[in-house]
Amino acid sequence: MNRDDIRARMLGVLKGIAPELEEDEVDWDRPWRGQVDLDSMDFLNFVVGLHQALQVDIPEADYGRLKTLNGVVEYLAGRLGA
Amino acid sequence: MLELRLPSLGADMDEGKLLEWKVRPGEHVVRGQVMCVVDTAKAAVDVEIWQDGTVAELRVQPGETVPVGTILATLLAPGESAAAPPPPAPVTAPPAAARAPRRRISPAARKRAEELGVAVDDIPGSGPDGAVTLQDVELAAAGAMAPAAAPRPAPAASPAAAPLPAPVAPPATTPAAVPDHQAEMRRAIAAAMSRSKREIPHYYLALTVPLARASAWLRDHNARRPVTERLLMAALLLKSVALACRRFPEFNGFWRDETFVPAAAVHAGVAISLRRGGLVAPALHDADGKPLDQVMRELSDLVQRARAGSLRSSELLEPTITVTNLGDAGADVVHAVIYPPQVAIVGFGAVAPRPWVDEDGELRAVPTVIASLAADHRVSDGHRGALFLAEIRDLLQHPESL
Repeated sequence: MNRDDIRARMLGVLKGIAPELEEDEVDWDRPWRGQVDLDSMDFLNFVVGLHQALQVDIPEADYGRLKTLNGVVEYLAGRLGA
Repeated sequence: MLELRLPSLGADMDEGKLLEWKVRPGEHVVRGQVMCVVDTAKAAVDVEIWQDGTVAELRVQPGETVPVGTILATLLAPGESAAAPPPPAPVTAPPAAARAPRRRISPAARKRAEELGVAVDDIPGSGPDGAVTLQDVELAAAGAMAPAAAPRPAPAASPAAAPLPAPVAPPATTPAAVPDHQAEMRRAIAAAMSRSKREIPHYYLALTVPLARASAWLRDHNARRPVTERLLMAALLLKSVALACRRFPEFNGFWRDETFVPAAAVHAGVAISLRRGGLVAPALHDADGKPLDQVMRELSDLVQRARAGSLRSSELLEPTITVTNLGDAGADVVHAVIYPPQVAIVGFGAVAPRPWVDEDGELRAVPTVIASLAADHRVSDGHRGALFLAEIRDLLQHPESL
């Protein structure tokens, strides 16, 4: 799975939580939770969604690496060996 | 003959639009089963039946908007024969003779029964001469809604029963109604909050709660769990409030007819902001008696269904106190507005490291949260309010016992 696949899966999960999200309106290199207005319950569901979509169990200790959307893609790519 | 009436699903609701029937005439239904979906200002709501029966007649068609209290459907009570339509009254007989004697019921109870959509004739009365009291009405209405008080019949117990719907209902969004919903929800919130500010003499208290132990416990707990079983601090906060209500019943209940009616159970209303704006505060039933894992699962389920616009009538009817958590949005402290007819609301701000002087007089940075209480001065005073907040604080110092 390459980064484009990961990006697409991640967006799919995100849109399940924030259906009104327009990916162009989010700065992929800035902290995104505020931009998308995700609370901690949404964020947990995002992590659960990634787990289901990509079979990656993300420990809480790694949440700090998910601060930007590009950061999420990089993190997932690292975990998946992409 | 039982009647399913359109319940009032909030202090501000006076009508609803029937979207869909989930049952057919002749179908056997069990208590707690979803009968129909009704569109209110706030959400599409699954309306549940509060007693077993067999559907006789559906009186309102999908698409119709009807006032609260309207009979939506009639049902035959268990044992009542479907083949016995009311015999045409002989012309000579006085019309009233065919009817059962009128139930004795207090005006307050009758009014409440109408609000709740409960048919008075079917409520067992506990008052003098079998009169139906306000409490009887509340109990009858709660019967459909409090699974802990009366476990729902297991499928095995009545093989003919339709299976209970899965807890997670499919999103019942009504695309056509979305723009209208926004304006309606705003109006509904305006009506409820204006009434609250007009009628309820609020008093406000706040207490800083150290969360070092709770945070460490949570971190350790979650490190050992797969992502699907992790807890959020919100679950601990909610549970602590529910438990505190046991020792402070004057914050858990309703102000009705110029008097406080304490609630028998703790159904914690969870204020949930909706992505398109507005909010809804459905009940997490019996929050005080459920283990944290279950509180977390139900909280997550409530949030998802609230945002998908798919809540159950019991969830909107039942909150006995509300908890609002605005910490994610960054606020330090919440000065909340009570949702009538409730008498208290507990707010939590952001969990963040703040300066804290511990028991040894040492100044340290410790994760804390500011818990606030807005309560009804007709029911309680600041002294008890302060003790209530202190109880919440103390409970949060022992997260393993929550």
